[in-house]
Amino acid sequence: MSNKVLHVLYNDDDILMDAVRRTRAAHHHIEEVYTPFPVHGLDKAMGLAPTRIAIASFLYGLVGLSVATAMMRYIMIVDWPQDIGGKPSFSYIQNMPAFVPVMFELTVFFAAHLMVITFYMRSKLWPFKQAENPDVRTTDDHFLMEIAVHGDENELVAFFQETGAVEVKVIEKH
Amino acid sequence: MYTFSSKLRTFAFILMVLGALGVGYSFFTAPSTVEEAEAIVAAGHHGGHGEAEHHDETAAEAHGHDAAEADAHNAAEPATDSVVVNHTEEEVAHTAPDSASPVAIEEHADTLAATAEAHHDAASPTGDAAEAGHEGHAHSEVAAAHEGHDAHADHDAHKEHAEHVFHQLQNKPWAALYVAALFFTLLSLGALAFYGIQNAAQAGWSPVLFRVMEGITSYLIPGCIIVFLLLVAGVLHFHHLFIWLDPEVVAKDHLIQGKSGYLNGPFFLIRAAIFMGGWIFYRQYSRKNSLLQDEATDNSYYKKNFKAAAAFLVFFIVSESIMSWDWIMSVDPHWYSTLFGWYVFASFFVSGITTIALITLYLKSRGYLEYVNTSHIHDLAKFMFGISVFWTYLWFSQFMLMWYADIPEEVVYFKMRIENYNLPFFGMVVMNFVLPILILINTDFKRLSWIVVLAGTIILCGHYVDFYNMIMPATVGDQWFIGAGEIGAVMFFLGLFILVVFTTLTKQPLLAKRNPLIEESKHFQY
Repeated sequence: MSNKVLHVLYNDDDILMDAVRRTRAAHHHIEEVYTPFPVHGLDKAMGLAPTRIAIASFLYGLVGLSVATAMMRYIMIVDWPQDIGGKPSFSYIQNMPAFVPVMFELTVFFAAHLMVITFYMRSKLWPFKQAENPDVRTTDDHFLMEIAVHGDENELVAFFQETGAVEVKVIEKH
Repeated sequence: MYTFSSKLRTFAFILMVLGALGVGYSFFTAPSTVEEAEAIVAAGHHGGHGEAEHHDETAAEAHGHDAAEADAHNAAEPATDSVVVNHTEEEVAHTAPDSASPVAIEEHADTLAATAEAHHDAASPTGDAAEAGHEGHAHSEVAAAHEGHDAHADHDAHKEHAEHVFHQLQNKPWAALYVAALFFTLLSLGALAFYGIQNAAQAGWSPVLFRVMEGITSYLIPGCIIVFLLLVAGVLHFHHLFIWLDPEVVAKDHLIQGKSGYLNGPFFLIRAAIFMGGWIFYRQYSRKNSLLQDEATDNSYYKKNFKAAAAFLVFFIVSESIMSWDWIMSVDPHWYSTLFGWYVFASFFVSGITTIALITLYLKSRGYLEYVNTSHIHDLAKFMFGISVFWTYLWFSQFMLMWYADIPEEVVYFKMRIENYNLPFFGMVVMNFVLPILILINTDFKRLSWIVVLAGTIILCGHYVDFYNMIMPATVGDQWFIGAGEIGAVMFFLGLFILVVFTTLTKQPLLAKRNPLIEESKHFQY
C-alpha cells in the first residue's frame, strides 16, 4: 500500500503549476515533480523550504579570506620577511595592498568551488550516478508529478485526471 | 498627484537657513590677514599641546626615535651654527607640503614635518638643554631645506609658511561650499545617468520610478548654476581653490605652464558651460517627451526618448570624464590619474541610485507610489550594492597601482591623504564598501525599508566624505575640519535639493501613463 505511487503527466508548465496548487489545497502529498526545465515559482507552489546555499557560500568565502590572509602573513611577514623591491614587510597591514588581489581571488575561489561541491553533495550528483528518471519524456517535453497513494486509489486517480493531466499511472515502487 | 507636505517644506527651509548661517559664520571667521591666520593656528594647537602633556610615555618614545633620526641627518649634512630658536614647535610642525612647490621639496618637507612633530611632543613637559639643542637641529634642517644656510632663512621660511596657512584657511569656507555644491549636483547627474541607462536599456522594471528620477534630476538646473557660479568666482579670483588660475603661481611653475593650454580660465568655463548645457538639455528634453508620451496616441515620444538616451550616454561619458579632470582633479594640478573619471563617476552614480531609492521609499511610505513593491526596492538595493563594490574596485585600483609603483609624482597624492586625512580616507572605504557589502548582501534585507534607508544613509555620507577627500587636501591641506562651514554647506544644499526635487514631484502625476513598458513595470516581481 505505502509503496504505491501515482505518476501524473502534464505537457504544459502552466497546467502543472495549477495542478500543484490544487493538489496542495486537497492535502495530497507531492513526493516529487520532474520537469525538463526550471519552472519559475514551482518551489513556492510546492511549499519547498528556501535554499541555504548562499549562506554556505558566504561562509566559504570567509574561509577563503582567512586562508589567504594567514598564508600571505605567514609566508611574507613571519617566515621570511625579505625586502623585495622596497615593499614594507614589517607588518601585514603595511604591505596589505599587495596581498589584496590574492585575498580577493581566494575568497571567490573558495566561495564558488565549495558551494558547487556542496550543491553536488546535497543533490547527490556525481559521475556514474544512476539516473533517477521515472519517465524519459520528462527530460524533453513532459512534466511529471509523483504522489504517494494513501486511501482510495480510484478517487485519487479521478482527482488527478481532472487537473488537466495527459496521463495518470499507478506505479508499484520498490 | 503628490502634494508637498508642509512639514517637509518647513524642514527644507530650516535646513537652508541653518546651513546659510553656518556658511556665513565660516566666511565671517575665516582670517582676512596673515596675522589672524597665525592666531587661529596657535589657538588650535594649544589645545593639542595640552593633550600631548598627558602622554609623557609616548612622547619619550617619539623623542628617542626622533633623536636617532636627527643624528642620521647630522651625519649626512654639515653642522650649521645658525641655530635660531625663534620658532614655536607648532609652526615647524606645519611646514606642510606646498602643492605649488616642486615634488622633491614636498618629500623632504614631509620627513621634516614628522620629525618636528615628534619633537613638539617631547619638548612640552620638560624643556632641558639637550632637547633645546635638538630643537635647533630640527630648525636648521627646515631652514636648509627651503632657503639655504643663512641666518635669515628661518624668518623667510616662517613668513612663507604663515602665508601658506593663511591661504589654506581662506580657502576653507569656499572649499566647504564647493564640495557640497558639487556633491548634490553630481548626485543629481548620477540619477540622470541612471535614467538614461534605464531608457536606453528598455528596462521593464523601472518605468514606475521614472517620475521620481525626473524629480531628482530637476535639481540639475539650480545645482549646475551654483557650481558654474563657483567656477566663475574662481576664474575671477574670489577664491583660490584652483591654484592654476593664479597667474603668480603659474609664472613660477613649469609644470602648470605646460598644462596652461588646457588649464586656463576661459577654456575651463567654456567646457563647463557646454557640459552643463548638454546635461540640462537632455534632462529637459527627456522630461518633456516623457510627459508628452502620457497624452500621445502612439509611441513616437517614447522612441525619441530612447534615441535621446543613447545619444546622451555617449555625450555623458565623455563630458563626465573631462568634468572630473576639470572640476576635481585640477585642484591638484601636479597630479594625474587615468581612471579618475571612472572613479568619480562610480562615486556619484551610486549616490544618485541611493537617492532614488531613498526618495522612492519616502514617497511609498506616504502612500504615493501605488505600484512600487518590494521587488523594485530590491532592484535598487542591488544596484546600490553592486555600484558600491564597483566604486571600491576603482578606488582600490587607483590607490594600489600608485602605492605599488611608488613613483614620487603620483604617490604624493595618497601620501598627503594618508598622513593628514587618515580617518576620512580609510573611513570612507568602510562606509562605502565594508558596511554596504555586509548590510546589503542579504536578499531579505534588500527588501526591508529600514535596512535600505540605513545603508543608503551610510552610502551618501560616505560619498560626501569621498568628495571631501578629493577636494580638501589640495585646497585646505592639514587645516581641514568638519565644522560649521562644512556641515552648514551640506545642510544648505540638502534643503535646496529637497525643495527643488519635491516641488517638481508635485507638478505631474507620479506614474508615467503610456510608457510601453509601464504594465510590465507595475507587475514587476523578482
